[in-house]
Amino acid sequence: MTTTTTPPETAREAPPETRASDNAVVKGAGRVVDFVDQRITASNWLKRNIRKVFPDHWSFLLGEIALFSLILIILSGVFLTLWFKPSMAHITYEGAYIPLRGVGLSEAYASTLELSFEVRGGLLMRQVHHWATLVFIAAMSAHMLRIFFTGAFRKPRELNWLVGLSLLVLGITNGFTGYSLPDDLLSGTGLRIIEGGMLAIPVVGTYLSFFIFGGEYPGDDIISRLYPIHILLVPGLILALVALHLMLLWYQKHTQYPGAGKSDRNVVGYPFFPVYVAKAGGFQFIVWGFIFLMAATIQINPVWFWGPYDPSQVTAGTQPDWYVGFLDGALRVMPAWGIDILGHELALSVLIPAVILPGLILTPLALYPWIEQKVTGDTREHHVLDRPRNMPVRTGLGVGFIVFYILLWIAGGNDFFATILEIPVNWISRFLQFSIILGPPLAFWVTKRICLGLQRRDREKVLHGRESGIIVVSPDGEFSERHQPLEHGDAYALTAHDRIEPIEPGPATDASGVPNPAYKKERRRARLSRFYFGDVIQKPTREEMEQAHHNGHGELESGAHEEHPGDQVTTR
Amino acid sequence: MSPSTSRRNGRWLGRALSRRRRHPMAAVAVLLVVLFACGSAYATLSPSSAPASTTTAAQTTQIEEGRQLFAIGCASCHGLNGEGQVREDGTVLGPSLVGVGAASVDFQVGTGRMPMAAPGAQAERKQPAYNEEQIAALAAYVDSFAPGPDIPDESMVNVDAEGVDVARGGVLFRTNCAQCHSATGQGGALTYGQHAPNLTGVEPKHIYEAMITGPQAMPVFNDELLGPEEKRDIIAYLKNVEDQPDPGGLGIGRAGPVSEGLWAWLVGIGGLIAFAAWVVTRSAAAKSGSWRSSS
Repeated sequence: MTTTTTPPETAREAPPETRASDNAVVKGAGRVVDFVDQRITASNWLKRNIRKVFPDHWSFLLGEIALFSLILIILSGVFLTLWFKPSMAHITYEGAYIPLRGVGLSEAYASTLELSFEVRGGLLMRQVHHWATLVFIAAMSAHMLRIFFTGAFRKPRELNWLVGLSLLVLGITNGFTGYSLPDDLLSGTGLRIIEGGMLAIPVVGTYLSFFIFGGEYPGDDIISRLYPIHILLVPGLILALVALHLMLLWYQKHTQYPGAGKSDRNVVGYPFFPVYVAKAGGFQFIVWGFIFLMAATIQINPVWFWGPYDPSQVTAGTQPDWYVGFLDGALRVMPAWGIDILGHELALSVLIPAVILPGLILTPLALYPWIEQKVTGDTREHHVLDRPRNMPVRTGLGVGFIVFYILLWIAGGNDFFATILEIPVNWISRFLQFSIILGPPLAFWVTKRICLGLQRRDREKVLHGRESGIIVVSPDGEFSERHQPLEHGDAYALTAHDRIEPIEPGPATDASGVPNPAYKKERRRARLSRFYFGDVIQKPTREEMEQAHHNGHGELESGAHEEHPGDQVTTR
Repeated sequence: MSPSTSRRNGRWLGRALSRRRRHPMAAVAVLLVVLFACGSAYATLSPSSAPASTTTAAQTTQIEEGRQLFAIGCASCHGLNGEGQVREDGTVLGPSLVGVGAASVDFQVGTGRMPMAAPGAQAERKQPAYNEEQIAALAAYVDSFAPGPDIPDESMVNVDAEGVDVARGGVLFRTNCAQCHSATGQGGALTYGQHAPNLTGVEPKHIYEAMITGPQAMPVFNDELLGPEEKRDIIAYLKNVEDQPDPGGLGIGRAGPVSEGLWAWLVGIGGLIAFAAWVVTRSAAAKSGSWRSSS
């Protein structure tokens, strides 16, 4: 965000500067800018965009963490390319790291050792690059969860949801290619697993593997092929999609949480310039500083310990980086199933977790905005976010997925956890095989119940206000607690969402007994709708509100006052 | 006078005891007395307090001493003559020790694995129960059943000797050992609760003995497979890794991506979200105090 606005910002501020200073250069620049502006009248456009309003919330900064760590990845990555040699040529190591002197290894691995031990600042840059990547993908994931749970993917932002999902997939892809480049024991083992996944694909698997590795695994080509993918192709795509992501965000404007003065027709917050230029700019340096601090103090991927890759070797505790861990976990807990088809083995135990599972996760994830639109039948634009409790089924589905993912994660480190917890690894795997099936539905159910409970509490608060703790005894001896009504702004925030009633299917036959041709479809939709909204606790109606206020147990004098959103700006 | 007084005294003691026999603390007192008696008896009779043999003890004396120790501490599982014992259901209570050699005893007893604290998937490393002399006696006794691998000389495990090649040790370790013990010797999980132990801080002698005897789940690496010099190189590599500093900062277990991922989420994203929350409070609205009440 900051980078795109720096030039216009200086341009706009130039004329007053000339008055303040007698600097000839500044004066000249001001005249040029003024000349251009008088002819193309860009200042209106600039003014509109520079004063663009963004709402403020910590969860809106998750995407910024991802953006800033991406910049750091690119900068540190450029540094690394200056020394890294993407070659699998065999050499004898003669470098500074004595425990590997005289060992035959590849140029890629030797140059990674050189970066770690001989290039000034090289190890720091390697660690910055790696930590920033782990943080980048974690931030994207957290950002995506925020989008999902608050319904920010709804119209008009379905496209940006897809762009974001593509960014996540590209990020994971590039992370994995980067993990494979140093040609150490872990990266080679990781590639071997990928090759296994390819080989499990029916008919084309073997050809695909030979095509990608340039012959029998591991061959001499894979690193020099992954290199342009890692430093050029995927980063280029990521940058292009990030630009698209931000342009769409800019054009469609930011969503906001429900609250006083906020609606689908406005944005309440602060102007981009100067508030967010300062805040985002400052936050960028916080993110960079934090990642640098981690990189300077916590060792990551000490490739010199793992040794060079050799297909005859493997080390215990071989794991991918965290973002591929769920796939590794799926491979580890999958039962050893296989089908023999006319003498050809179909390795379901690899095909399902390594090839089918990613598709099974990504497809519903990509289509979710449309799935929900189908269920709700809601084609309006939404700019005010949902509070997760007001969509109990969506929230439940999300938490169910998180539990599924985390269980796969644990499966990916089953040996690690077996060692740490001193439990037989077989028990962990068996437990996970069951809990991966049973855990997500349970998590869904629990989450939905919690959401409904929270909704009930909200409704209670809106109708009767907060408990004041003051107990009153009436002359008749009746005890009652006084309730303090909510402030108007708070009550508004709790009731800003729509009432959504489940759809009812039309009658199966009309009045004259003619069957409705679309009845089955309608019934199916109604069933889905009932699944989503059947037991949602509805917010109180106007009548219920009035009823509650009349019957109230002696409410306290309303201390509510109108919310005046200070120096915030409202635009649309 | 003396017989009558003593009889009177005895009567007095007997009366006192019988009068208090229903006292609430009587059972506790009896229990304490019995426990104390058992404990003292055990302390006097247990092998650890057996008188140490003189330094001039001959081989036969050492074997005889080992036999005595074996009969007390080992025979209940391994049999009085080390022939091993099999339960009625066919499972092994204690394997036969015929031909396991002195090296095996030195490893198992010297690292505290034997005697086992409790039956389990695998004997755990712990504080040794015997002193060095007793271990040597046990080893001599077990070695007398049949020839087996010997305890290595000091020179065979001297990692500072001339010609030791750490790099070759590394290659051999990654080829033969790392799949269970991990590339940095941190250990790892095996099936059904068995595990490859962490090799950090293990004495060179014990690593060598483990290689030639193949304890528990570990295969035997005899001298045909890995020559004595190669074994020494592997030990030298492990000691080198152990002594290496972590140039990148905290080692976080040298365990690879699992602990890195945990740190990335808990410290990385956790810390940055904390900063994000802080950044949000640094705004004009926070100062005027009118915002965020509704979010």
